[in-house]
Amino acid sequence: MKASSFGYARPESLAEALELLARHGERAKLLAGGQSLIPSLNLRLSSPALLIDLGNLSELEGIALQGKDLRIGALTRHRAIERSPVVAAHAPLLAQAAPHIAHVAIRNRGTFGGSLAMSDPAAEWPACCLALGASIVVASARGERRVQAERFFKALYATDLAPDEILVAAEIPAAAADSRSVFLELARRRGDYAIVGVAAQARRSKGRLQDVRLAFLGVAAVPLLARRAMAALEGGPCDAAAIAAAERALGDELEPMADLYHSAATKLHLARVLAGRALAALAA
Amino acid sequence: MNERVAPERLAPEPRAEERKAPPAQTAATGYIGASVPRANAKRLLEGRGCYVDDLKLPRLAHVVFFRSPHAHARIRKLDLSRARTQPGVLAAFDGRAIAEYCSPWVGVLGHLKGIKSPPQHAVAIERACSQGEAVAAIVAETRAQAEDALQHVEAEWEELPAVTGMEEALAGRTVIHPELGDNICFRRELATEGVEQAFAAADLVVEETFGFGRHTGVTLEGRSILADYNAAEHSLTVYQATQAPHMMQDIFSRHLGIPEANVRVICKDVGGSFGIKVHVYPDEMATAAISVMLRRPVKFAADRLESFLTDIHAREHKAKVRLACTRDGRILAFDLDDLTAIGPYSVYPRTSGIEGNQVVNLTGGPYRHQEYRARLNVVFTNKNVTCQYRAVGHPVAVALTEGIVDVAAAKLGLDPAEFRRRNLIPDDAYPYTFPSGIKFEKLSHHQCLDKLLALMDYAGLRAEQAQLRTRGVYRGIGLAAMIEVTNPSPAFYGVGGARISAQDGATVRLEPSGMVTCLSSVTEQGQGTDGIFAQICATAVGVSVDQVRVITGDTGVTPYGGGTWASRGAGIGGEAVLQAGKALKSNILDLAAAVLGADKATLEVRDNAVCDKATGESKLPLAEVGRIGYFRPDTLPLKFQAELSATRHYTPREYAFTFTNGIQASLVEVDTDTGFVRLLKHWCVEDCGTVINPLLVDEQIRGGIVQGIGAAMLEECLYSAEGQLLNGSLADYLVPMTGDVPDIEVAHVCTPTRQSELGAKGVGEAGTAGAPGAVMNAINDALAPLGARVTDQPFTPERILKALKKV
Amino acid sequence: MEEFFETTITVNGTPVTRRVAARTHLVDFLREELGLTGSHTACEHGVCGACTLRVDGQILRGCLMLAVQANGRKVDTIEGLSDAGEIRDLQAAFHERNALQCGFCTPGVLMTAQELLRDRPEATRDEIREFMSGNLCRCTGYQAIIDSIEAVLIARRRTGRL
Repeated sequence: MKASSFGYARPESLAEALELLARHGERAKLLAGGQSLIPSLNLRLSSPALLIDLGNLSELEGIALQGKDLRIGALTRHRAIERSPVVAAHAPLLAQAAPHIAHVAIRNRGTFGGSLAMSDPAAEWPACCLALGASIVVASARGERRVQAERFFKALYATDLAPDEILVAAEIPAAAADSRSVFLELARRRGDYAIVGVAAQARRSKGRLQDVRLAFLGVAAVPLLARRAMAALEGGPCDAAAIAAAERALGDELEPMADLYHSAATKLHLARVLAGRALAALAA
Repeated sequence: MNERVAPERLAPEPRAEERKAPPAQTAATGYIGASVPRANAKRLLEGRGCYVDDLKLPRLAHVVFFRSPHAHARIRKLDLSRARTQPGVLAAFDGRAIAEYCSPWVGVLGHLKGIKSPPQHAVAIERACSQGEAVAAIVAETRAQAEDALQHVEAEWEELPAVTGMEEALAGRTVIHPELGDNICFRRELATEGVEQAFAAADLVVEETFGFGRHTGVTLEGRSILADYNAAEHSLTVYQATQAPHMMQDIFSRHLGIPEANVRVICKDVGGSFGIKVHVYPDEMATAAISVMLRRPVKFAADRLESFLTDIHAREHKAKVRLACTRDGRILAFDLDDLTAIGPYSVYPRTSGIEGNQVVNLTGGPYRHQEYRARLNVVFTNKNVTCQYRAVGHPVAVALTEGIVDVAAAKLGLDPAEFRRRNLIPDDAYPYTFPSGIKFEKLSHHQCLDKLLALMDYAGLRAEQAQLRTRGVYRGIGLAAMIEVTNPSPAFYGVGGARISAQDGATVRLEPSGMVTCLSSVTEQGQGTDGIFAQICATAVGVSVDQVRVITGDTGVTPYGGGTWASRGAGIGGEAVLQAGKALKSNILDLAAAVLGADKATLEVRDNAVCDKATGESKLPLAEVGRIGYFRPDTLPLKFQAELSATRHYTPREYAFTFTNGIQASLVEVDTDTGFVRLLKHWCVEDCGTVINPLLVDEQIRGGIVQGIGAAMLEECLYSAEGQLLNGSLADYLVPMTGDVPDIEVAHVCTPTRQSELGAKGVGEAGTAGAPGAVMNAINDALAPLGARVTDQPFTPERILKALKKV
Repeated sequence: MEEFFETTITVNGTPVTRRVAARTHLVDFLREELGLTGSHTACEHGVCGACTLRVDGQILRGCLMLAVQANGRKVDTIEGLSDAGEIRDLQAAFHERNALQCGFCTPGVLMTAQELLRDRPEATRDEIREFMSGNLCRCTGYQAIIDSIEAVLIARRRTGRL
């Protein structure tokens, strides 16, 4: 199938892009890496009047340590994150998650910000941002604002972004020295969307876990922070009993939706298995 | 209806004196048996292939189809007027308009007694019987414009009850085609006389019901056709991704009313077929009709969604199988009850009854029991049609047989390999007639079993398995013995009245330069036809392989023949090439004898020259033979006419099918917490007779195995209860990728068929036939200590977790 | 009315300028406008890898980039790589081992493999399987493909091309 017809604009600055977006509103769609948008165009699942191609906005691309935060520009490619020594040092969770995203040819093109704005519940980056307590930087003609990841992912494919806003970056607190992270996911085939996945981070000292963050993908309409499971682990030893308590707690807070091949019950079961494995790895 | 004899009865028993001696040392002669890289791969490696969608012709128009969104619905209103006025649109047609130019067809065969199906039109009229059935065609200057216009087709539907379940179809409370009386397309029953008694007398009877998910071929290149009608000469040239150009020539001729001689079907590079591209598809017939209607070339290339909706599906079966055996592990009888659903039409011209028929013919196939009962019901449903996809019926029959055999072995406490050894037909028992009526010329089950067990170090793996289990690692080893239909005679289709050729022809021609051109009616779909025919031709004529050019896939050029299906190209087409090559050599020697004044019997063709047979001394290079034969025949004796082309045909007739046999093994590890299965290794020992090119044969077996692994682990066309396909994209319908398959070891036992001089049997489908059964048995072997079992393919994590009672 | 955009792309080393519709993806542009039919479309939603191209030195899905997005960029196709002799050893290895059958996936497979050879010179067999896991081949058992890439990796290491 071929895409239906649409208009195209390639702004040379963020200001110009924001102006175009303000003018065309919801009739326009932003094109970043295009790895989710273009398939939906090709399948005629989406038919915007105008594509605003952000491809020339190099100001939105790049990874930098700014004070205690790692700032990742919205147009930074998945592959750049995967291969970045700065990311590996200060947000190792992202480096662990990156290879799970599709395949190299997609990672070369797809962008960090595009994935966050798309807010696919089975995608890796939104869950990682939740686990890492990232704040999402968005811009509009009205100025710039920051939204905590926990408040950014609103509903299925819906975020806190207003129609005239562009996601420009995410700021991620750099990992502490005693921080550990684990990213696990189950997909039928390598590179497929995950059935379920978990992004986990905690500080570990003297056998106890602190600042435990467990974020799941594929278990609800949005990436989900498993607060009850986190509470079951916070401050205590990560032993078998604590892990079991955390796994139990997941039953009360995950809201998995069946997919083509897996029932909600299967997804919950798999989420518990992954949680157990992730926590065992954090404790190891 | 009870049937005691298989279709073979129509083929005469071979008379002993007609059997040819086995080929002498074939593997050691010439290029037969050599791993020669195929010449035509080079253009594909540089992106210089030519597939149908790569072609452009002047005034080329593009057609797309408006397809039914419903599984079963009456067309209340279909208004194409707005679509016709969209930019770039050249024409829009409904089913009635197309039917003026293309007559409907009925997919039945005379030898499948009682098979029935309603007439099917290229574009549906009045009613759509499955989602995706074409109900209108839009033609435009570009594909994108035609698709734009699709949005402007106005249709009103009256939804009709959709029959989607097999049991529901069989019960027949809603009949899809009321004029047929019920939903049963085809039914077959057979029973040997002593089957009841065998079950009554058995020490052990085991029973299991197995489910098989409907799946499809997923050729990477979608179906595609470019039809070019020339009104001035009332001729039609069709460029088509097809396996059977001559069959399609006949069909275009008869259904479009164009004389056969005026229809030319050209099949250039084809991006995978696997049986998908050997059927008559309504949208392709409509494309040809539209070319006639518009008097210009028209192209249709199915996109991926259309491929999933309308490429034939296959293998939706539910089957109960019982096995009776003695205490000491001797199988006495099999009993099969198979139900399969085929969509709303039996596919033309091969019918959708063959797959189920094969399951009946083949279940229990490797074993020496004498009693057998089978019941088959083939029913219509409101899903996409099913038909012959690679290994037709075999993966079902093998999984049923090998699944129940493992159940029996376990009950008796016998090792699965040992249980098979006790029951496989002995290697010295041939010729052999199996209780379903099929006949085996010569098989090698025991040699294959022994070779497999050594290849995989079966004993070592069993020891490792036991040791790992103590550590909570669940590995499983699965075996699957099999037989496979290859080299079919006219008993497959021809006797049923289908104009499908079981013979193939080859013309071999010496060129003036001394090179050799070989034209064959078999087609090249990537399997390596061109390569092996070059090898056979070079060997037969006496030239080096780089001197041979092979031309296939053009009804205007090649001899008449069947094409590519049922693992027949090498065995049938290859024999025709061999005989044509030998005939050309003889003609070359006639000319050389005349030129040299020598006795023909003292001459031979070797290394691109006529030479002295005794000394090997070169006497006359073939370039010289060509020069004299074509440009200076005035120098030859007055009554001598050089004949530097030869054509030969070959049809297997002694047996209805030339059966092959083989055995596969799978090693898996099951993660019992997640239900994920890792395939660690796969082995296959196969007897396809003479191996012409091991390089090609082995990777083709591997490719077949990977498709079988797909069926076992990943692939299923999922439908809603309303008949909506739920996973019609490559993101949702999962096929194996590099990371999902293990290394696969292949070895051979070689029992050439005595029916031909070449001795080659088919091999293209063997991998697919055996792999699902082997993988299933391996998974169940891994799960056995946990008391869990799976029988419904594909074996998804959820199904395994359910078997383990974890969800 | 369809809008067209003037687009200049350096294709296999030669700049070409065309007016293209925004909706035309890069692989259709190459196939339809330039007759470079070596890159194939088989799913048009980025899953199968048959349209894999190299843009500014990195592989991507030709069906998931619009031709207008390639404005000012360097695009290399299988035809270009072949003519330049850049992957001759890889093609020879595929030929020798019969690592293709119908050939429809092959240009995309070779494109992905050349990036692996460049970026992952130390890749193990399992890592080759992983890297190549986005390219669907329905004919081979993948084994000959993996064998070929592995053989070229080893040969290039030995000859210092890596």
